[in-house]
Amino acid sequence: MSTPHPGSPAARLRDHDVTPQPAVSPAARSVGGVAGWLDDRTGAAKGVGYLMKKVFPDHWSFMLGEVAMYSMIVCLLTGTFLTFWFVPSAGQVVYDGSYIPLKGVTMSEAYRSTLDISFDIRGGLIIRQIHHWAALMFIVALSTHMLRVFFTGAFRKPREINWVIGCILSMLAIVEGFAGYSLPDDLLSGTGLRAAEGFMQSAPVIGSYLSYLVFDGPFPGEAIIPRLYAVHVLLLPAILVGLFTVHIVMVAVQKHTQFPGPGRTNDNVVGYPVMPVYAAKAGGFFFIVFGVIAMISAVVGINPIWAYGPYDPSPVTAGSQPDWYMGFADGALRLLPGWLEFETFGFTWSLNVAIGALLLIPVMYTLMALYPFLERWVTGDQREHHLLDRPRNAPTRTGLGVAALVFYGILMFAAGNDIMAIKLGLSINDITHLFRTLIFVGPPIAFWVTKRICLSLQRRDRDMVLHGRETGHIIRTADGQFFERHEPLDPFTRWELVQHEQFQPLQLGPATDDHGVASPNARTDRLRARLSSFYFSDRVEPVTPAELEAAHHDGHRAEAIEAPEGEAHGELEASERH
Amino acid sequence: MNALAARRRHPAAIALLLLVGLLVTGAAYAALAPKQASAATATADQVEHGKKLFLANCASCHGIGAVGTDEGPALPGVGAASVDFQMGTGRMPMTAPGVQVGTKKVKFSQDEIAAVAAYIASLAPGPAIPDGEFTDGSKGDPAKGGELFRVNCAMCHNAVGSGGALTRGKYAPSLRHVDGKYIYEAMVTGPQSMPVFNDTNITPDSKRDIVAYLHAIDKSENPGGLTLGSLGPVPEGLFAWVFGLGIMVGFAVWLGSKSA
Repeated sequence: MSTPHPGSPAARLRDHDVTPQPAVSPAARSVGGVAGWLDDRTGAAKGVGYLMKKVFPDHWSFMLGEVAMYSMIVCLLTGTFLTFWFVPSAGQVVYDGSYIPLKGVTMSEAYRSTLDISFDIRGGLIIRQIHHWAALMFIVALSTHMLRVFFTGAFRKPREINWVIGCILSMLAIVEGFAGYSLPDDLLSGTGLRAAEGFMQSAPVIGSYLSYLVFDGPFPGEAIIPRLYAVHVLLLPAILVGLFTVHIVMVAVQKHTQFPGPGRTNDNVVGYPVMPVYAAKAGGFFFIVFGVIAMISAVVGINPIWAYGPYDPSPVTAGSQPDWYMGFADGALRLLPGWLEFETFGFTWSLNVAIGALLLIPVMYTLMALYPFLERWVTGDQREHHLLDRPRNAPTRTGLGVAALVFYGILMFAAGNDIMAIKLGLSINDITHLFRTLIFVGPPIAFWVTKRICLSLQRRDRDMVLHGRETGHIIRTADGQFFERHEPLDPFTRWELVQHEQFQPLQLGPATDDHGVASPNARTDRLRARLSSFYFSDRVEPVTPAELEAAHHDGHRAEAIEAPEGEAHGELEASERH
Repeated sequence: MNALAARRRHPAAIALLLLVGLLVTGAAYAALAPKQASAATATADQVEHGKKLFLANCASCHGIGAVGTDEGPALPGVGAASVDFQMGTGRMPMTAPGVQVGTKKVKFSQDEIAAVAAYIASLAPGPAIPDGEFTDGSKGDPAKGGELFRVNCAMCHNAVGSGGALTRGKYAPSLRHVDGKYIYEAMVTGPQSMPVFNDTNITPDSKRDIVAYLHAIDKSENPGGLTLGSLGPVPEGLFAWVFGLGIMVGFAVWLGSKSA
């Protein structure tokens, strides 16, 4: 405010005037030139500065998501290149390109343009292979990223929304992949579309209408390729990139989780700021990922569409499989028995197809998306968690995760039953029967074994904390006593082993209140208590400071190999106490 | 000539002329008609030699006189092509019974195989060993052969002949680097689980196109790089998980362990 004559009526009129802004903002003065010019026009300096100062913790498993992100960017870049030449049309043409074994064969324009990209456009084949390998790596990486998030409990409050977004991203990614796989109109992709048509037709009542709607008439028709193209290059990428942006912004806003360790608390993030460290690391990692994918694409062929020939609804090739990420659905189809197809009142119910093809994916992803909410309900834990769990410290969750993984893995491997049969010299029937049994038996066994291993590891952690590391040094005392020297853990290592907490199973409250009125929530409470006991009745408590103190007072004599007469009894007791 | 002209009205002339006409037609047909009967040229010696070989090596399962036993089928009518295929690819004599007879090292010389083939062919007519003209892939059209292959063969043998699984441990073997003669013979004789593709189904020319297609694949230089066995997306997925993810995690561990 500039008031040259305070108090004068004229001056009072100017009381609320705003001082003219200097031509250059204060931020610009510090960053100068171009950045200042930009900031004057966008005001971006504040936001960018905030982002640049964000701190990220270091751990290799935090980079799996980065691999997924970079693979997706590689897909976007190479995909753009491919759109310059790909012709999304089912129009029939006669091939006259440079691949001799197909010369003179009638095929769709989509297939011809893919052959041209592979053989007649400079750099086309390597870009196609990079695109396809990057797509496979994208889904491999996002799946392992998802596993990391699950097993470390990173989905807990406040990150449930981001977990759900991640589930949606994962599901859209496999649909996007399938759309791309179906585009070149070679024998393999056409067979995949034929299968997709069958899936739609297996939907009770609406099946055939649905199929006619999608294919714009009977299979294969001319509409599906342009439609899939729009879905593959426009619709799904837009949703993927949009959701992915939200996903990444949420990570920045909620801050990255970190593994427990010295100095790392629920209220801080220990690591390095984006600028300059993470910008360099992550930027460099992008080029590593791109480079690795390019190297693989240069050395290993993928989806040799020229070998499959053009699509024609009559032939099918042995070894027709979807890309790996759709393998679990294909495997489910291979395992479902034929008697699930039956007729009632003149309608055919193709449940042998519908369960694997229509129900599996939505049910699986719904369960995945709901898990954080289920766990929160069981634990009743309303706190925020920014420190990750070590998987062993959540044995039931880890066990459930491994069981789900085994279930998924069996379905995925079942999709390769024919390849296993010829490569391992086995009967495809035996393999299928084995998988049909394992799909029921495997997950419970996996759950039990994993949970036991987790509990054992926790006991080992306890043992380490209480007794320290066995050095292997046998010490003989002056009076002839032997003991092994145990080296106590340093406080930093110890902290990682004792910092976590264990939940107690919820206690069931009285079913009726003081006036003998039954609690309206009695039923849900009972269920919740049962689940809570399923989760937490087997547990190994972390060592408390008191226990540690007690263990240190016992001293090392407890480890004596041969105790002198008279003292043996007491020492045995001491060692048993641990 | 005059004598011949004088007798042209002889009552026997017309019959004689008919006879000559028939002989010429018959001889021309025999000379010009398509034939595959190379086994027909078998000599009696060859048949006799083949019979001895058969008795020594095959009769324990196929029976004396190839009439068949519980262990092996009767062979009259299978033709020389079948013998040539089974023995020439090392499938027969088989070492052990199983769901499917695999290939082994060939135990007999081509002469011995031809002798056994001649013997079996002498028992009853059957498909003969094909003429070299129809088994030479270089004379066929690989593009047409590819279409025929995809329609007729790929569902078991895979689009590029890498092989595939059948029920209960049986399999369609790989067709890579197989002699054109054996591909042709397999089509006309239908060994084991394979159906017969006779000359009405697929003409000899088309069979040659199929051979041409398979040989063209054998010679192609894999423009994409390593083929991972040409078995489709399963090995590709396995590669992505094992090597792709392995390398990425390796780099991530390296970068993660480097504190700035």
